[in-house]
Amino acid sequence: MAFDDAYGALTDHDDDARWAYGTGFTDPLAGVPSGLPDGVDRADLTAYCLMLGDDALVMSHRLQQWVTRAPELEDELALANIGLDLLGQARLLLTRAGEAEGAGRDEDALAYGRDPGEFRNVRLAERADADFAHLMARLLVFATWRLALFDRLAGSSDQMLAAIAAKGVKELTYHRDYAAQWVVRLGDGTALSHERMAAAVTAVLPLVEELFQPHEVELRLTAAGVAVDPAALRPEFDAVLTQVLAAATIEAGPVRAVAAGTGRGGEHTEALTEILAELQQLARAVPGGSW
Amino acid sequence: MTAEQVVRTVTDPELPMVTLAELGIVREVRQDGDGVTVTITPTYSGCPAMESIRADISAALRTAGFGPVEVRTVLAPAWTTDWISESGRRKLAEAGIAPPGAAPRRGAGPIPLTLTPRPSTLRCPRCGSAQTEAIAAFGATACRELRRCLDCREPFEHMKEI
Repeated sequence: MAFDDAYGALTDHDDDARWAYGTGFTDPLAGVPSGLPDGVDRADLTAYCLMLGDDALVMSHRLQQWVTRAPELEDELALANIGLDLLGQARLLLTRAGEAEGAGRDEDALAYGRDPGEFRNVRLAERADADFAHLMARLLVFATWRLALFDRLAGSSDQMLAAIAAKGVKELTYHRDYAAQWVVRLGDGTALSHERMAAAVTAVLPLVEELFQPHEVELRLTAAGVAVDPAALRPEFDAVLTQVLAAATIEAGPVRAVAAGTGRGGEHTEALTEILAELQQLARAVPGGSW
Repeated sequence: MTAEQVVRTVTDPELPMVTLAELGIVREVRQDGDGVTVTITPTYSGCPAMESIRADISAALRTAGFGPVEVRTVLAPAWTTDWISESGRRKLAEAGIAPPGAAPRRGAGPIPLTLTPRPSTLRCPRCGSAQTEAIAAFGATACRELRRCLDCREPFEHMKEI
């Protein structure tokens, strides 16, 4: 393959193999058996795949916003790679949501064609980061929670979800270690880095409670053997967070309350509107565009 | 050449020193007359090379006179670096990329957190020293980390165990 024109090299074949919006590359599950498990409600499975897919898509976009802004080149690469892993998970999950829905929507239609109120991600994923410490606190919470979730979801009766989760576990293990090591380095660092890391943890903790509040879809699908009840993840999450914060010499202060509502129910902060304005701009301006 | 032999010649777009088969990405090649069905699996969920890999396999088979060609993707069982062959490991090392050790074995209970660098038995691909340290857990691609040799002082890449 010629590398003097990377895009040309990707399209230098007589099939539709492309990589970017508007270039017809919409087939991440090509050839993967896509049947639905017996006795599972299509609307519930669609909603559940959107929840997990939107978490990854929105968090990935936030991570991508850090590229060119990270403190060191190595962290630039790390954040881009973590964002890419999550984007891959999002593509698989949104494609699965489209299959379960059965209305002809693909990953692009779901990522680019929905309004903020139709997104099902937790509000933690959309939060803007005031500084690098805030991002590390948020990534630690996100990866710890999602790893515990995916580890159990690997036993789902939906073969597709089980496969996506089993693959994601390996990736999330690295994401969690990366964030945890930074929280410890900053928390147990200089007086200034400690102060800012502790402030970041204090700022992120109010968004933790929502992660463990089950939505009715999650409860129904847990009973059907498809999903994981998020409330069951709490002990593992707390144990990891306690371990990291102790090593970081950070004492979690009292957690202030946040506005009621959950992202799972489509209730979001204006941060999501801001993300989607950027994420969806091209697709909205040129619907179905191809070049 | 059989279809399987043709597929075995296709190299990885991001690690062109090794073949897809040596990396363990090719899971099955089924030939039925001139028609071929190839099953592949991604290394990471977000691997941007999957489309390129599918296209390269199709092109190689069609150039060799096979068709129709179908390239299918499987997600389970999830890819592990344990599937990289001995020849693949040797070629990676020759190209300056330290090959992965054994993938971590999963015990009972939660996946353990790693707060300090894992002890490593890998050797510097340039001078062979066992004295190396991690620089960054993520390199040019998700599957590689950056390390440094404490003896010859040269940085090098290491394919992470997953």
